[in-house]
Amino acid sequence: MRTLLTGNYAVAEAVKLSRAKVIAAYPITPQTTIVEKLAEMVEKGELDAEFIRVESEHSALAAVYGAAIAGRRAFTATSSHGLLYMYEMVWWVANARVPLVMAMVTRTIGPPWNIHTDHTDLLTMRDSGWIISMAENVQEAFDLTIQGFRISEEVDLPFTVGLDAFQLSHTAEVVEVPDQQEVDEWLPERRQSYKVLPGNAVTIGNIGPNEYTAKLRYAMAKAIEDSRKVIEKADNSFGEKFGRKYGGLVEEYRLEGAEYVVVMAGAWCGDAKDAIDRLRDEGLPIGMMKIRYFRPFPKEEIKRLEGKEVLVVDRAFSMGYMGIFGMEVSSVIGDVTNVIAGIGGVDVGVEDFEAMFRKFASRKLQRLEWWPREVFS
Amino acid sequence: MSSWLEHLIAKSSEGSAGKTGLWRTFKPVHNVEKCNRCLLCLYYCPENVIKVYHHRFIIINYEYCKGCGICAEICPQDAIEMVEEEE
Amino acid sequence: MSLPMESILLPGNPACQGCPHALGLRALSVLENVVLVVPAGCTTIISGVHPKASFSVPVLHVPFASAVAVASGLAAAYKQEGVEANVVVWMGDGAADIGFATISGAAVRNEDIIVVVSDNEAYMNTGIQSSGTTFWKAKTTTSPGGKSEEKKDLAGIMLMHRIPYVATASVGYLQDFVNKLRRVSEIRGFRFIHLHSPCPPGWRFDSSKTVEIARLAVKSGAWILWEYDGRFRISSPSKPYKDETKRVPLEEYIKTQGRFRGLSGEDIEEIKKKVEEQWKFVLTMEKTFK
Repeated sequence: MRTLLTGNYAVAEAVKLSRAKVIAAYPITPQTTIVEKLAEMVEKGELDAEFIRVESEHSALAAVYGAAIAGRRAFTATSSHGLLYMYEMVWWVANARVPLVMAMVTRTIGPPWNIHTDHTDLLTMRDSGWIISMAENVQEAFDLTIQGFRISEEVDLPFTVGLDAFQLSHTAEVVEVPDQQEVDEWLPERRQSYKVLPGNAVTIGNIGPNEYTAKLRYAMAKAIEDSRKVIEKADNSFGEKFGRKYGGLVEEYRLEGAEYVVVMAGAWCGDAKDAIDRLRDEGLPIGMMKIRYFRPFPKEEIKRLEGKEVLVVDRAFSMGYMGIFGMEVSSVIGDVTNVIAGIGGVDVGVEDFEAMFRKFASRKLQRLEWWPREVFS
Repeated sequence: MSSWLEHLIAKSSEGSAGKTGLWRTFKPVHNVEKCNRCLLCLYYCPENVIKVYHHRFIIINYEYCKGCGICAEICPQDAIEMVEEEE
Repeated sequence: MSLPMESILLPGNPACQGCPHALGLRALSVLENVVLVVPAGCTTIISGVHPKASFSVPVLHVPFASAVAVASGLAAAYKQEGVEANVVVWMGDGAADIGFATISGAAVRNEDIIVVVSDNEAYMNTGIQSSGTTFWKAKTTTSPGGKSEEKKDLAGIMLMHRIPYVATASVGYLQDFVNKLRRVSEIRGFRFIHLHSPCPPGWRFDSSKTVEIARLAVKSGAWILWEYDGRFRISSPSKPYKDETKRVPLEEYIKTQGRFRGLSGEDIEEIKKKVEEQWKFVLTMEKTFK
């Protein structure tokens, strides 16, 4: 069925179709309407789930952790300060290897108070062991949410879907929503490697020899490494079933014959693609490698860009160094040009990208530049 | 079971801290003559090492008894004496 | 007496000699289908060293402030799946301090869980630091001159949440504690027990005296046992001490513990006033919730 949905409602719809059984969340703009919608679905009986109205984000992730470790499909959503408040649980859930899905509506971090998007919040999850995906549009946010449950449960790691504040969360787009039976056919029953149930006298997380911690982290590193294949497989089979295949960890856009390649992630990729189309029309050999998964990092895919001029456009900055994506990409292929833009939700439209890419192709960008230069000098 | 699960999931077992009887400096010794089998010593043993057999015989598991002395304190009959352990 | 013959805590565990938590955990054995949720604290250690575990029930270790929320999630999942379970959070006063909003939130939601705060009146596992429930004037490593702040009445605060069940208990009166746990097992919803747990190394007394000191706290009126399940009642071990003249002098309780060494007569008078205020509160509650 084709229907008009905001990013947040699309995520809620996907959670419902994935048959989540326990949902816990605390409101924070711009995430709130996801869980409002889910609460409404539960209230109306459209979704057979427990909805826990927790008193904080720390408790939100703690509660879905409890539900997930007890064996039920569980979901939460948050944003910005909410993520930072639950940060302890972010790591705990991953280290306990408990599969669950969280939507992360990206929003800048204060002060000043600001509810608009950048990717700083989401990227703080980088080292925690979560599979971190980022959507470009409402349909992709919907699809990633359903895929998230399958991928998460296959590798025993939590999964987050990043979607930009307002540009996706509150923007309505036409979305293809499959029916329940189709989703049931694609998404298997919940599986996980262990559960905590009454009567089974096991203890999870006892103090032990240091080597055990090290071995657990090693197993986790291997699991997230192996998730590359799982993600690719999920993308393929999802494509076969529903007709939408994205390309796995990255999406390639007009890369054929490209000498200039833009690397970026999130909602603004749409506008950047429009700018690329215009420049292609003018004959400039430029394309995009859109990062769909920040973790596991698409290192093999990025490696294919060796020998090309690469511009990484970042919506997050690592204080004392450079853009976070810029730093990650340059760890694979060496020096890149890195533009920092859209911080705090500053609008970056098609015209901006066009101007930016033109400067890039004519080598007028500095290696590290906050966009636009005249504003930041 | 995947090997990582073995590192995360611990199994219920006595002696999770080893032979805790070695912690003892004083040892509770039960006097059958004085005992009225009220079982307060058993109920209040934090280590869960005092057992009663046939409603009559009080047995202390010295392998794990840490010698805290609560049983001797609580006994209304003074039927448990704390005796210094020998080297 | 109808106390459990066995404990969910198995022998040979890492608890200190005379540990009050170990006594309290014995009592939990009267509950069926227990899933124990344990935030950071002494019980993190007591739970054993991997690959062994000291408990004969499932235990989930969780971060400090998260315990009651994790328990809420477990309970929701078991409910969804129709699994019979008593989800029990076993925490210390430290976790109750740092996770207070979590306890309060779950209480407001009336989650179907049991929360036991085994209160040894300081952060013992990190080395005896002052907590919200540290006794007036008690010396800890962060209050070396004696605690100057108030003592928080945790059970009183939980009572104000109007949850189905709130009680105080003591490791010195296990029969009373067990009776309360049995009552708890007949009720659904959020149930809270504040357990008084004298700690030998933390309070500086000999390991053999745990029960005796716990009882002195009750006999001197410094710790009052009560129960609320819609009605508020002072529990039988504390009943005689409604009459102030029946109480053991507070000094008898205080002098047993190194943490009170060097208190002046003035200090003790001040504590007595605080204890009196607490009795007033409890007696008022008894009248209010008849």
